Amino acid sequence: MARKTPDINASSQADIAFLLLVFFLITTTMDVDKGISRKLPPMPEENQQQEEVKINRRNIVVVKINSQDRIMVGSTQTDVSQIKDKIVEFLTNPSDDPNKPEKETKFIKGLGNYPVSKGVVSLQNDKGTLYNTYIQVQNEIVRAINELRDQFAQSHFGKKYALLDEERQKIVKDAIPQNISEAEPKDVKAKK
Amino acid sequence: MGRFRKSEKKAAPAISTASLPDIVFMLLFFFMISTSFRQTDKLVQVKLPAATENVKLERKDLTSYIYVGSPIPAKQAQFGTDSRIQLNDSYRTVNEIRDFIASERESRAEGERDQMTVAIKSDENVRMGIITDIKQELRRCSALKIMYVARQLEQRN
Repeated sequence: MARKTPDINASSQADIAFLLLVFFLITTTMDVDKGISRKLPPMPEENQQQEEVKINRRNIVVVKINSQDRIMVGSTQTDVSQIKDKIVEFLTNPSDDPNKPEKETKFIKGLGNYPVSKGVVSLQNDKGTLYNTYIQVQNEIVRAINELRDQFAQSHFGKKYALLDEERQKIVKDAIPQNISEAEPKDVKAKK
Repeated sequence: MGRFRKSEKKAAPAISTASLPDIVFMLLFFFMISTSFRQTDKLVQVKLPAATENVKLERKDLTSYIYVGSPIPAKQAQFGTDSRIQLNDSYRTVNEIRDFIASERESRAEGERDQMTVAIKSDENVRMGIITDIKQELRRCSALKIMYVARQLEQRN
């Protein structure tokens, strides 16, 4: 085979590829959206009586944000930076305080019996509350729960929660549930 | 001086650009895989609030976006600066969310409709009144999985 085939001129291939590249660069986005994930409670049926979910008073901590973006946890006014510690203290209830949530021993598959806190964080906000403040507070509550989950994972599995496999993550989730309740919006009249 | 002989006779050999298309194609594939198509033009200004405990939004293809914020400067003469809701490519009211969710649901595969997420991209200076209205409307059309999209902030302690 002495005969040579002539080379195909490939110099324009780069131009074509560049053209495609630029097109994709312009029409696409690369940002990964991140945020705080929530599950809304289903709307109660209209004809159905709103059933009172009986939760013991000691099991609820109310976090309120008013229109001036002031925050109340329980009955005291607090700063955003203190919410996390308050929630952690509330949920763990280390001294078995009768005013803090009770614990219910539940059987968790793969772990055995574990006293699960029955604490619920109830979040209430005003119409005039800034979205930013609301997210800050949500973030702090999630942070409190994540901290507890990390602690639990560390002491039981010797790893951080995020590094556990799915099965174990579920155990941790069962042991430290994320109970956040958002109140039905009420028409809060402006206090003058 | 013989060393610095000018090489006018010999033309410099052309640099082979034969591998250039390969490189560019590689870039192209990288961008094609790692990106998704921009879906809407923004009509509202959104500065996302910052948070530390963010989780990644999974299944972007199953996500519908609701933008809330004040209109972009070009539209302010017409719509003012009050916070507006943007669905798809236009300003909408809270009552129209129901239709929006219904059509979004219609466009997804049947088996995956219960995994649909509504991502709320709202400006940090929006008042909660409008967000609460949206949440109530979403509950009414039982789109219960929501996400407040936020900027990632470094862990502080």
